[in-house]
Amino acid sequence: MGGGEKPPPRFKNRSITAFSGFGPLYRNRQHSLLGVDMGVDVLEHVIGQVINGLQLGFMYALIALGYTMVYGVVKLINFAHGDVFMVGAFVGYLGFNQWGMPVPVAVLTSMAVCAILGVVIEKIAYRPLRYAPKIAALISALGVSLFLEYFCSLKFIFGPNYRVVQRPFEEVHWQLAGISISNIQVMVMVTVLFMLLMLQYLLYRTKVGMAMRTVSLDHDAARLMGVNVDSVISVTFAIGSALAAAGGVLYAIAYPQIQPFMGIMPGLKAFTAAVLGGIGIIPGAVLGALIMGQVETLTAAFLSSQLRDAIAFGILILVLLVRPCGILGKTETEKV
Amino acid sequence: MLAVDNIQVFYGAIQALHGISFEVKEGEIVTLIGANGAGKSTTLRTISGLLRPKSGTVKFDGMDITRVPAHKIVKMGLAHVPEGRKIFPDLTVRENLIMGAYTRTDRTETAVTLEHVFQRFPRLKEREKQFAGTLSGGEQQMLAMGRGLMCKPKLLILDEPSMGLSPILVEDIFKIIKEINQLGTTILLVEQNAFMALQIAHRAYVLETGKVMLAGSAAELREDPKVRSAYLGDVVDIA
Repeated sequence: MGGGEKPPPRFKNRSITAFSGFGPLYRNRQHSLLGVDMGVDVLEHVIGQVINGLQLGFMYALIALGYTMVYGVVKLINFAHGDVFMVGAFVGYLGFNQWGMPVPVAVLTSMAVCAILGVVIEKIAYRPLRYAPKIAALISALGVSLFLEYFCSLKFIFGPNYRVVQRPFEEVHWQLAGISISNIQVMVMVTVLFMLLMLQYLLYRTKVGMAMRTVSLDHDAARLMGVNVDSVISVTFAIGSALAAAGGVLYAIAYPQIQPFMGIMPGLKAFTAAVLGGIGIIPGAVLGALIMGQVETLTAAFLSSQLRDAIAFGILILVLLVRPCGILGKTETEKV
Repeated sequence: MLAVDNIQVFYGAIQALHGISFEVKEGEIVTLIGANGAGKSTTLRTISGLLRPKSGTVKFDGMDITRVPAHKIVKMGLAHVPEGRKIFPDLTVRENLIMGAYTRTDRTETAVTLEHVFQRFPRLKEREKQFAGTLSGGEQQMLAMGRGLMCKPKLLILDEPSMGLSPILVEDIFKIIKEINQLGTTILLVEQNAFMALQIAHRAYVLETGKVMLAGSAAELREDPKVRSAYLGDVVDIA
């Protein structure tokens, strides 16, 4: 894939850390909060940052849903999920940058590839350990994660270097009542909202969705209803991975640099979001992701971009100290 | 209809069932009674495919279902209402019942069954849109039984339906079990409340530490001195 050409040169004039990729987001930062031009400008700036935070939060939501759904049905944190997101970003990028696909086709291709990847991961790495102690599956998950990262770093796969994504369309900023919003932000939010609605429909209006909900409550009881628990678990991995893939493609368009380790930090953030909202609870994942997006963006904009992650994870620790089951989590009641 | 032949079941290294055999004929109510840990629930879980026996066979409707996965056994017409009810607390009462018909594809027929279940358990109709977790213990038991009936089973397996219920509710539940049976559903009933079970059952098996100790008609076992002292709370003639 892309074997014939040289990897793009590393940027010399910008320091790129492994997890940056937020260039366009913060490019227009104004250090004006404590400066002179307080007033309307500040408000507009804040709103602008809130919109940036929404964009980031919505992307985290797509990843967080996979964590929370998989946890729901198998009570396992799929630590390879962030790497599925990375594969999704790459497949999307290859789709519209190298194979000449229109963006929606690239998104769907990426979702399909990652759905299969998710199912395969579950079959190979988790299913044989279903009845083993939880720690075994956890270690297996970390193994899959590292495998995907380093396998994708191989020259004949994606290669270890950063790649610059050529956006399939120009970024356009619109000014609405002084607030700047870009076509990419609109695209991200509309796409994610659409997917959330589809997921909601699937879970609450279809047979497979109801089966997923019962499996997340009680495997044996679901079996006794005639639910094939193994296939429901596969479907869950497929859906979660497809959502992460969509998130990956959007991410590649919004923050257009990708590399095989790009999934680690968004993966961790999304996992944090899922835990923050209450792991296993779908609205919780979305809520947690939106909070994470805001905290991160606002911290970077108004405090310090170095503190961004520290504060985001600090909030997780605080919330868990007060509410160990997450914001929307139910306190476990003793079963009689 | 159901023939269990010499099944041995292990939990890890611990043997729970030491070769249990019994049968249930069409139209019967058969009850398995016995103390805690006798292997009653294990037996039921093995029949419905949740556990695999190390040896022995389970035949249902003439077919060997020993190695058939649980979700396929349901489709063959065997419904298992598990111990502790195992209703889905985060689903509504209606959704729980619909889940009971998961294996059915005939929508209109299923709607008819749902109406029948609502007729049998009017309380469930009243609480149709409520989350099942908010129901009282008795209502949850009715929901579990209703859910079991939703697949129109040939054989209905009930594990401790009276557990945790008030004496009046227990009477109600047993009355309903008898009615379901009279309408043509064969029933395999596991109970700690041997007194009630032996009143409605045709035949009974007494389980002790993973073995069948006694078998006979319910009427015979009601008169059996060992059964009376061990399971029916009879305190006479210890000397």
